[in-house]
Amino acid sequence: MPNLKDLKNRIESVKSTRKITKAMQMVASAKLRRAQEAAQAGRPYAKRFNSVMAGLAASVGGNEGGPKLLTGTGSDKTHLLVVMTAERGLCGGFNSNISKLARQSAQALLAEGKTVKILTVGKKGRDALRRDLGDHFIGHVDLSDVKNVGYDNASAIAQDVLSRFDAGEFDVAKIFFSEFGSVVSQVPTELQVIPAKFEGEADESAFYDYEPSEEAILTDLLPRGVATQIFTALLENGASEQGARMSAMDNATRNAGEMIDKLTIEFNRSRQAVITNELIEIISGAEAL
Amino acid sequence: MADMLQFDLVSPERSLASFEASEVQIPGSEGDMTAMPNHAPVLTTLRPGVLSVSGADGVQDFLVTGGFAEVSTNGVTILAERAFAKADATQSDIDTLLAETKSAMEGATDAALDAAQKAHADVVAVAAELGLNAA
Repeated sequence: MPNLKDLKNRIESVKSTRKITKAMQMVASAKLRRAQEAAQAGRPYAKRFNSVMAGLAASVGGNEGGPKLLTGTGSDKTHLLVVMTAERGLCGGFNSNISKLARQSAQALLAEGKTVKILTVGKKGRDALRRDLGDHFIGHVDLSDVKNVGYDNASAIAQDVLSRFDAGEFDVAKIFFSEFGSVVSQVPTELQVIPAKFEGEADESAFYDYEPSEEAILTDLLPRGVATQIFTALLENGASEQGARMSAMDNATRNAGEMIDKLTIEFNRSRQAVITNELIEIISGAEAL
Repeated sequence: MADMLQFDLVSPERSLASFEASEVQIPGSEGDMTAMPNHAPVLTTLRPGVLSVSGADGVQDFLVTGGFAEVSTNGVTILAERAFAKADATQSDIDTLLAETKSAMEGATDAALDAAQKAHADVVAVAAELGLNAA
């Protein structure tokens, strides 16, 4: 039977843990709102961009000798996986879900005899994948000093990826991130960025004049398309991370509360047992006289 | 004047402006153009320059770089990689742009070098127009 002092200490320590998780939950919910706003604000650009690109790609893409970013290098030997995770933990299954998806995908590719290269964005994904796939790492992007992810960050990652593509380091690039559904649902997602695939309805109603030519515009815009997709992914990831942390911390707070209740009952019981014991001693002492 | 067109300026991070305008001057990569209502649909890439929009409350200028403009009969949508109101543009913005074009010029050859030099010259011209230092 644990003594009263120990129980009291434990209750105190669980209480302070609850305070911390509660605070983290509130911070996460404030950050979540901001992240969601950022994701929302970025949506019109991505949407317009994709619909224009879809139209352009449809009209130019079929031609032989189109831009490599669209048609591919003609082989799919080497795959680059860009795994985007958070810089911090304590957010439930967020990081491990993304890493798991990336690991499965990498292992499937390896089993097919393809070469896999991995670029990690965010510390947690790197740590999670290092043991199994550490040999395939070709780089890491550290965003721990970045408070609010901006387009510049995405653009820098895209530059890195594109220069590797130009150098012929890989044939296919995919990004892994978590799509934000709601606070309780974040869906780990795999998206191919090179060769580019554009979803979204091509605008059929207007026949545009192109200045300069369609091909020139496409060549100019494709690299931006990669940056845009990475940026969208980063924003979704940001919102997902905060959402996941919020629900994880909510759970932790609730568990701590339950634990405190349980410990308090145990504490009261042991206190009562001590009192009863003392009474028995007094009574039996009085009877002996 | 009944003839207005819908003007939208969008950057990846947010939507900067959206209002009715009577004419929009676009710094296209092949030269400036002015879009007015019922303009034929055009898609053009942008060069670094000043976008000038005449709306109900006078003329508004924006500094834009990289991206494209989509002109349709009843609207103009500008998707710019970077955009800010001309009044808000500061020396540090120009410095960032200059540093970028300079680094693009380094190691570039042939057509890429040509394009980078053109972009650099455009930024310098914008800086001059804003009365900022382009060193």
